[in-house]
Amino acid sequence: MKHLISAGDLGRDDALLILDTAEELARVSERSIKKLPTLRGRTVVNLFFEDSTRTRISFEAAAKRLSADVINFSAKGSSVSKGESLKDTALTLEAMGADAVVIRHSASGAPHRLATWVRGSVVNAGDGTHEHPTQALLDAFSMRRRMGRLEGLKVAVVGDVLHSRVARSNVLLLSTLGAEVTLVAPPTLLPVAVENWPCQVSYDLDAVLPKSDVVMMLRVQLERQNAAFFPSAREYSRRYGLDRQRFAKLHDDAIVMHPGPMNRGMEISAEVADSPRSTIVEQVGNGVTVRMAVLYLLLGGAIGGEVK
Amino acid sequence: MSDAQNPPVSGGDPAQRNHSRAVLEAPDIHRALTRIAHEILERTKGAESVVLLGIPTRGATLARRIAERVAQFEGRKVPVGAVDITMYRDDLRLKPARPLGHTDLPPGGIDDKIVVLVDDVLFSGRTVRAALDALNDLGRPRAVQLATLVDRGHRELPIRADYVGKNLPTAKSEKVRVYLEETDGRDAVLLVKEVAR
Repeated sequence: MKHLISAGDLGRDDALLILDTAEELARVSERSIKKLPTLRGRTVVNLFFEDSTRTRISFEAAAKRLSADVINFSAKGSSVSKGESLKDTALTLEAMGADAVVIRHSASGAPHRLATWVRGSVVNAGDGTHEHPTQALLDAFSMRRRMGRLEGLKVAVVGDVLHSRVARSNVLLLSTLGAEVTLVAPPTLLPVAVENWPCQVSYDLDAVLPKSDVVMMLRVQLERQNAAFFPSAREYSRRYGLDRQRFAKLHDDAIVMHPGPMNRGMEISAEVADSPRSTIVEQVGNGVTVRMAVLYLLLGGAIGGEVK
Repeated sequence: MSDAQNPPVSGGDPAQRNHSRAVLEAPDIHRALTRIAHEILERTKGAESVVLLGIPTRGATLARRIAERVAQFEGRKVPVGAVDITMYRDDLRLKPARPLGHTDLPPGGIDDKIVVLVDDVLFSGRTVRAALDALNDLGRPRAVQLATLVDRGHRELPIRADYVGKNLPTAKSEKVRVYLEETDGRDAVLLVKEVAR
């Protein structure tokens, strides 16, 4: 594995290796010295063209815990605002000796393109409405930790699937790992050709909830919505929001997830978000662990140009 | 133990089969571990603050076996654990990333304890160097000692074992393979001559 661009590139064995590696690394976060010397001398560049709190900090913490040098780059206040192209930015990073580039970009496919320009590894930290593979990995990791398994697990992914890179990555990864995913959304918020995805589709949240082990709520991405996809926020919330009444329909061991940031009161009520069966805060902690595993597996061994 | 009479063979490679020789059989391994357990008890005056930490995979198995024997002889339960050294290796960049082993510290930790590291084969000493680095991040033991089933020589670092099951003179080109009941279904130590093909 050289790059991590799409969750669909991961075979079952690759995905399980990442999750198992993360499981061992989780203990590092529990000890007093939360640092390993493994990536000493490697350079990881965080290249963020879109706003992000948790993903950028999470990648930064992961790289630092493995002793890599981290360079943070955000498009605001950089030469990008002077009109520099992605390719020229990439070549600059290349010249500075980046071993890995973690990229977030508003254009779907940007990481894929970047991978053809740089020698180091490219990690997709979210590209447009395409994919966010490390989010899917940390979600799978959180589910496996809470539920003890992924095989046969019934997962409902609810909300703005059309604009969600998290949904696509999760569907691809979870189906590889043997979970059964059902996408739940109003017809206007489902992508074209969703019937070809390896999952079920439903418009009716109330019918899906009682059968689900995991409910993953997606943020309604108003900033990406260029048309009226639903009549009003209130109507959306009434049909597809997870409130106390709907939460009560879940079976007692089911968990609630959200990739963050949340719109409290829109897709999820505050009461549900803060309940002990919500893994939302846990997901953030697991994010660091899973990203450590990804960086270790990409950069921890011999990489391009080194002796075999 | 049933197949102790017939030296186990590794894999299906005929070239290796012809040139492998059992240097320790199951009873030899048992005696060596028993002696090491006694030596640990003697040197640490009853193993009072001893923690046994095996280096995965086979070192961890050996640490558990030594702990069983100490419990048997002295009726004292010695804390046992494992310390994975993968992330501390100095040769990580020579091979693709390796899967991690399991680190498992006993509840009491290792602060102010006498840690006995246990490994199956002592060769260059680089694994032990990595283990010492790993311990450094896990706590501050009062002392660290080293037990190994086989010491095959060819050290590349100033490291020596405190407890040795068998000193085994080897050529650098030879390989030492350790098989243990728990992981490999049989107990044996083989010396394998690599044949140029």
